Amino acid sequence: MFEMAKELFKQLFKKPFTNMFPAKHAPKSTVGFLKKVEEGKAKLNEPVPIPEGFRGKIAYDKEKCIGCKLCIKVCPANAFEYLEKERKVKYHLSRCTFCAQCVDVCPVNALVSTKEFLLSDYNKK
Amino acid sequence: MNPDKVIEKKDRERKPDEPVKKKRKSNSYSLSIGPIHPALKEPIRFDLQIEGEKVVKVDFELSQVHRGIEWIGTRRNPVQILYLAERICGICNICHSTCFCIAVENIANIEVPARAHYLRTIHAELERIHSHILWAGVAAHELGFDSVMHYTWKIREKVLDVMEALTGNRITKGIMMIGGVRRDINEKQVPMVKEALEYYKKGFGKLESIFLKDPVIKSRTVGTGILSRHDGLALCAVGPTARASGIKKDVRQDEPYAAYSDLDVKAITPKDFLGEVKGDVFDRIVVRLLEVKQSIEIIEECLKQMPKGKILHEEKIPKLLAELRNIEGDGIGRLEAPRGEVIHYVKMVGKEAPYSWKVRAPTYNNLLPWGPMLMGEQVADVPIIAASTDPCMSCTNRAVVADGNSEKILDNEAMRRLSVEKTNALKRRLGR
Ligand code: SF4
Ligand code: SF4
Repeated sequence: MFEMAKELFKQLFKKPFTNMFPAKHAPKSTVGFLKKVEEGKAKLNEPVPIPEGFRGKIAYDKEKCIGCKLCIKVCPANAFEYLEKERKVKYHLSRCTFCAQCVDVCPVNALVSTKEFLLSDYNKK
Repeated sequence: MNPDKVIEKKDRERKPDEPVKKKRKSNSYSLSIGPIHPALKEPIRFDLQIEGEKVVKVDFELSQVHRGIEWIGTRRNPVQILYLAERICGICNICHSTCFCIAVENIANIEVPARAHYLRTIHAELERIHSHILWAGVAAHELGFDSVMHYTWKIREKVLDVMEALTGNRITKGIMMIGGVRRDINEKQVPMVKEALEYYKKGFGKLESIFLKDPVIKSRTVGTGILSRHDGLALCAVGPTARASGIKKDVRQDEPYAAYSDLDVKAITPKDFLGEVKGDVFDRIVVRLLEVKQSIEIIEECLKQMPKGKILHEEKIPKLLAELRNIEGDGIGRLEAPRGEVIHYVKMVGKEAPYSWKVRAPTYNNLLPWGPMLMGEQVADVPIIAASTDPCMSCTNRAVVADGNSEKILDNEAMRRLSVEKTNALKRRLGR
């Protein structure tokens, strides 16, 4: 166990490897903490940087959409709903698996992957 | 061969001097663990007969987590299934989607561009590094070395970062596409991959000394959970579990897919490192660590040899889907996942969705060897022996029928019988 003991001893003087996100010390309530961050009362411990091409939340531009239904066809999670009247689609974030296949297939680039990843919410809408 | 027979024979081999003890039934207790238990990471039920601390009979019950993935697949088109296939297993998701791709490409006679073959190989090997290091952490945890677990998982982060940068996600990478891969590795990313490989080369030495030279780990693992070559072959063990018992079996070597035919991949057995094969837990650790090293070499070789060119057979997905809608026939994909051989069977009948899709994950083969491995061992060794095959229960579960209180697992033959019965019943009802 000598090798490991050496490693552990070294670690005593190093910064912890874990990035403490969202705060250095676990807040009593994460939601409350995030609210405080919004109000500017607390500071967020920055997350690990996100690389180029990250597949985060899908941004849907309704104006651009031509209602071709291709995204409905390829989406593995059935996250799109076709709106007959408007001839557009509705994107259900809660079903999405972030595979970005719809981004690849959309002919008018109405769908784009964003870097947003903090998506948990109590509100299902 | 009957697995019970193998176990009995094994037991006789192991304890030649105490054959009488086994017959004393009154002393044995049955110990039931699971299906949900804090010591188990995934649901499975063990039924162990123990005499004192010694395990004398092993039984386990699978199928506690049926998810009906194949059924869902028969309602989706092949492009959608790719993402579903990834979710069969969180850890080895590249291999499931690649395997499905290979099966469909077989049916459609799609030729994959050479560069895509290399990219597939690189992704598969990155995944192997990640999976084996993750496993090393789990093994350390089962042995009670949680600091080692945290250390290995810290090392693992690097490969996850690389995969995130290359594919857009850490775990479910969504990189495979029928007829190629979705994203190329660009010039800017190559140095990052190389740096990660250097990092692992350095870290490898440390892992080696932590796992292979430590006297405590050695005394817990050497001679524990032995799977002989004979039992391994008889019970169809695959992957590192089989190789640790000296069976030179590796799909990358036996039936090369992707770019493996250009690379010189040899099945690794503990003989290469230790000079002998015991087939115990220690050997399984050795094989996995050596495979991490092998994967690093394969990726380096791929980066060197990789040709330029297209990465997709058909870039336009609607066109690809139209092509796949018309194909008929069945295809099989085989490849070497971190845990062993994966097989996907797909049957297409000229419709959008496949008529049938069947997955055989490697853990399925690696469960029966638990019998001979656990026989005669101490109860305290059960977790590490079970973990030494790197089991993945949720990937293994296939068809389950709930029948009142008892659950039955249906195999192909039973399903066929049921289907014949149903046809006959219908015939009777229709009066034919
Ligand atoms: S990212 Fe994937 S799951 Fe999400 S909406 Fe697009 S196709 Fe569907
Ligand atoms: S693929 Fe693009 S244009 Fe077509 S329906 Fe979807 S969002 Fe609209």
